[in-house]
Amino acid sequence: MTDQNQRQQVNAAGLSRADYRGAPSTLCQGCGHNGIASQIVAACYELDIVPEQVVKFSGIGCSSKSPTYFLSRSFGFNGLHGRMPSLALGALFADTSLKGIGVSGDGDTASIGMGQFKHLVRRNLPMVYLVENNGVYGLTKGQFSATAERGLELKRQGINPFLPVDICLEALVANATFVARSFAGDPKQLKELLKAAFSHNGIAVLDIISPCVTFHNKENTLHSYTYGKEHEEPLHEIAYVPARDDITVEDFEEGSSREVTLHDGSIIVLKKLNQDYDPTNKAAAYALLEESHRNQELITGLIYVDPAVPSMFDAYHLPETALNRLPEKDLRPTRQSLEEINQSLI
Amino acid sequence: MSEETIVAGNPIEQKRCPIVNDFCMTVSTVNGSGSATANNLLLRSLFRMGIPVSGKNIFPSNIQGLPTWYTIRVSRKGYIGRVAKDDIVVAMNPATIAKEAPFISPGGVMFYADDLRISDLREDIIAYPMPVKKLVKEADVAPSMRDYIANMVYVGVLAQMIGIPLDVVYQTLEFQFKGKKKAIDSNWSVVKAAADWAAANLEKRDPFRVEPMNGTEGYIMADGNMAGALGALYGGLQFAGWYPITPATSLAETFTDYVPLLRTDPETGRQTCAVVQAEDELAAIGMVVGAGWAGLRAMTSTSGPGLSLMAEYLGLAYYAEVPVVVWDVQRVGPSTGLPTRTAQCDYTFAYFISHGDTQYIILIPGSVNECFEFGWRALDTAEHFQTPVLVMSDLDLGMNQWMTPAFQYPDQPMDRGKILWEDDLEKLLAERNGDWGRYLDIDGDGIPYRTVAGNRHPRSAYFTRGTGHDEYGRYNEEGDVWEQGMNRLAKKINGSRELLPKPVLKKRDGAKIGIISAGSTDPAIIEACDLLEADGIPVDYLRLRALPVCQQVLDFIKDHDCVYVVEMNRDGQLQQILSLETPEHATRLKKVAHMDGFPLTAQWISSEIKAQEAK
Repeated sequence: MTDQNQRQQVNAAGLSRADYRGAPSTLCQGCGHNGIASQIVAACYELDIVPEQVVKFSGIGCSSKSPTYFLSRSFGFNGLHGRMPSLALGALFADTSLKGIGVSGDGDTASIGMGQFKHLVRRNLPMVYLVENNGVYGLTKGQFSATAERGLELKRQGINPFLPVDICLEALVANATFVARSFAGDPKQLKELLKAAFSHNGIAVLDIISPCVTFHNKENTLHSYTYGKEHEEPLHEIAYVPARDDITVEDFEEGSSREVTLHDGSIIVLKKLNQDYDPTNKAAAYALLEESHRNQELITGLIYVDPAVPSMFDAYHLPETALNRLPEKDLRPTRQSLEEINQSLI
Repeated sequence: MSEETIVAGNPIEQKRCPIVNDFCMTVSTVNGSGSATANNLLLRSLFRMGIPVSGKNIFPSNIQGLPTWYTIRVSRKGYIGRVAKDDIVVAMNPATIAKEAPFISPGGVMFYADDLRISDLREDIIAYPMPVKKLVKEADVAPSMRDYIANMVYVGVLAQMIGIPLDVVYQTLEFQFKGKKKAIDSNWSVVKAAADWAAANLEKRDPFRVEPMNGTEGYIMADGNMAGALGALYGGLQFAGWYPITPATSLAETFTDYVPLLRTDPETGRQTCAVVQAEDELAAIGMVVGAGWAGLRAMTSTSGPGLSLMAEYLGLAYYAEVPVVVWDVQRVGPSTGLPTRTAQCDYTFAYFISHGDTQYIILIPGSVNECFEFGWRALDTAEHFQTPVLVMSDLDLGMNQWMTPAFQYPDQPMDRGKILWEDDLEKLLAERNGDWGRYLDIDGDGIPYRTVAGNRHPRSAYFTRGTGHDEYGRYNEEGDVWEQGMNRLAKKINGSRELLPKPVLKKRDGAKIGIISAGSTDPAIIEACDLLEADGIPVDYLRLRALPVCQQVLDFIKDHDCVYVVEMNRDGQLQQILSLETPEHATRLKKVAHMDGFPLTAQWISSEIKAQEAK
């Protein structure tokens, strides 16, 4: 019986949930980012990913502090404001078997980081890119971010006169191959989307509305818990089925679900709710985002996916051994080759 | 004989006795006219005759249409620094024809395209017309190619008139066009026709000629950007992130040229070096910091404006102890400055780049050959000390063709520094009762041990951050922990002083004064020291090759009454850095700094030092 219990407490990698934990959070109580960290832990545990197989990256801001609050056994690098994408790109070339996860915020991605974000997306670097989006600068105590909606009033800032940047739309325009939106208050959906994102062979952008309980949690604003709970319009009920499972999807009735097979053979099952939405149709994705803006709705779910696009690594013919493990003999050209070069310069 | 008498007498008569392998010629053309091929052809032909030669391209920030000059100096004594006066000018550009004559030394020569209108030509120079249009028209060349091939006329005329054997020109042409028959033939037809025309129509009235000699044995012709990139590839470079900028672009483009040859498995086609053109310098440095952090030998190359953009990431790499190499091919700044002119004006910025207390290891190559050496050595140094290494080249060194000793294969195995893989970490943990931290100074040299992403040992991971951290990499805001960490970093960098490339010292008997310099000023200083000695002022010369300096440099300053610090900038930046290193002797350091975008000349250096000595 004891054996049985212990076995139940570990995943297929032989690890317990505790092996995926991070340091205690120093963010505010009730911060949406903490809930996201918990779901990253849950997703990695359920996917049986060994923590040493994951590398975490972040920029600067409240969101960017959060990688310390999950996966303590993973390497991590907290880089510069808005410049996590370049850091992750260089690092992931070292060992392409590693799974990268970048945690950014709306301040980090939608302002200084917009250029690097879009270029990372354009290159389709295989990694999970989270934007913990709360529409406000928390660490500097409450200024508008570029995703704050027009008309939002903040204590010392007055009223925001500008239209917001939509992270999902920006990702789509940059030819992202996986675009999803979720809500920190919807842990079940978030976890399934995270699992799908980890299995995607390319850039997986997740825009997660994550309320700031301290500086921006007014009942009637887009980035608040109450608004999110009331206005969240999930596209589908979403379930992720790992590639190794031979279980077919029994929960979903024929005719009301849609499957998307990811690169590694795993499947995302999208159960139809009130609309028949095809996440492989980019034109439909643009239309959906436009419509949700008009209706002031918080559309969540898998907005767009194309599992077939080659990743950045496909453009480089890298050795099978991780680049960072190559010994000197594989890295230093021969003495003879230098003699030939010298000859060619006379 | 003084200059006075040359000018007063008939200089043409004065120079009748042959001047062999010791003169300077400048070709004046229009940017984008294809003159680079012709100029390189002349330069390499002279080099292949065994004559010490140097070539300098003075070009505008423009693709087509503005004036450009190419200066070739031949020197049997082996001097390869710039000289400011020309003995021969080849005038091909109507826009600048009036401006060329003042640069010609008395008794000098002008070859000019005969369709150019020249008026009031000085009486003390010899002028030869060249029927450029006529010869090109007669040549068997497609009309669209005529402008490009026109420059081959002066190659042929010059070869005939100064004595470059035509078979040498032909072989060099074959070499330059890598055996491409059509290109070789069409260029050759013009060279040959021009040489024949000159033989039949021009009477040699000037003294300048070349003769084969044995002065280039063991040398190659190459530029510093190519050399730096090749050196890095022999140093096992694994990741290069870069963004185009003059004058650094050709460095990164050399990777693209040579990775297929040097770092690609011929059977599988797999490449052990990834090159990524970034969206800007902010991203280029971010990529290489990420790569260096994850255990790849990583570098980027840029120039002043790009270096400014890289400042913040370099500060993070310094504090988080990430090995990374940055090549700064310097140009004239501040701001956009003179983008196509040379300078050494980034020293102080590079040495202390980024906010807070920082200090970097700087390597300064003084020749193309040394660019190759520092290409690989910089990667070793960065990983050894787990810190950014900046290599300071400049436009003159980086983009011009130089004769330089053949590249030498690295004479030591790669130094990967204190990197721990799974077994290494296991062993260290066993030895130390499980006590290991990313920033723990186990050996007392300030250099901690590091693991990198991909290490599967459960104790290997740590979280790297630019925020305050303790010896175990944990977030920390305590003042004493911060100060201890920063002091260890200072200790680490100080510990590099005696391990970096040592200065090169050239002593002379009886010298009481010294020169300190670094980088591409070297050839001009070597020549200036000869000029000074001939004037009865022997000078010891120390060429710095790295910062922070070693004891030998401090001793050199202490042991001389006066030390002239020669550099290409306004403020005397090396002098400033040296003053900080040795405040007690700072008053002995005298500034010999000049910044007009041109390489220094021996004449300027020696006269400046003489003037200061006379005070």
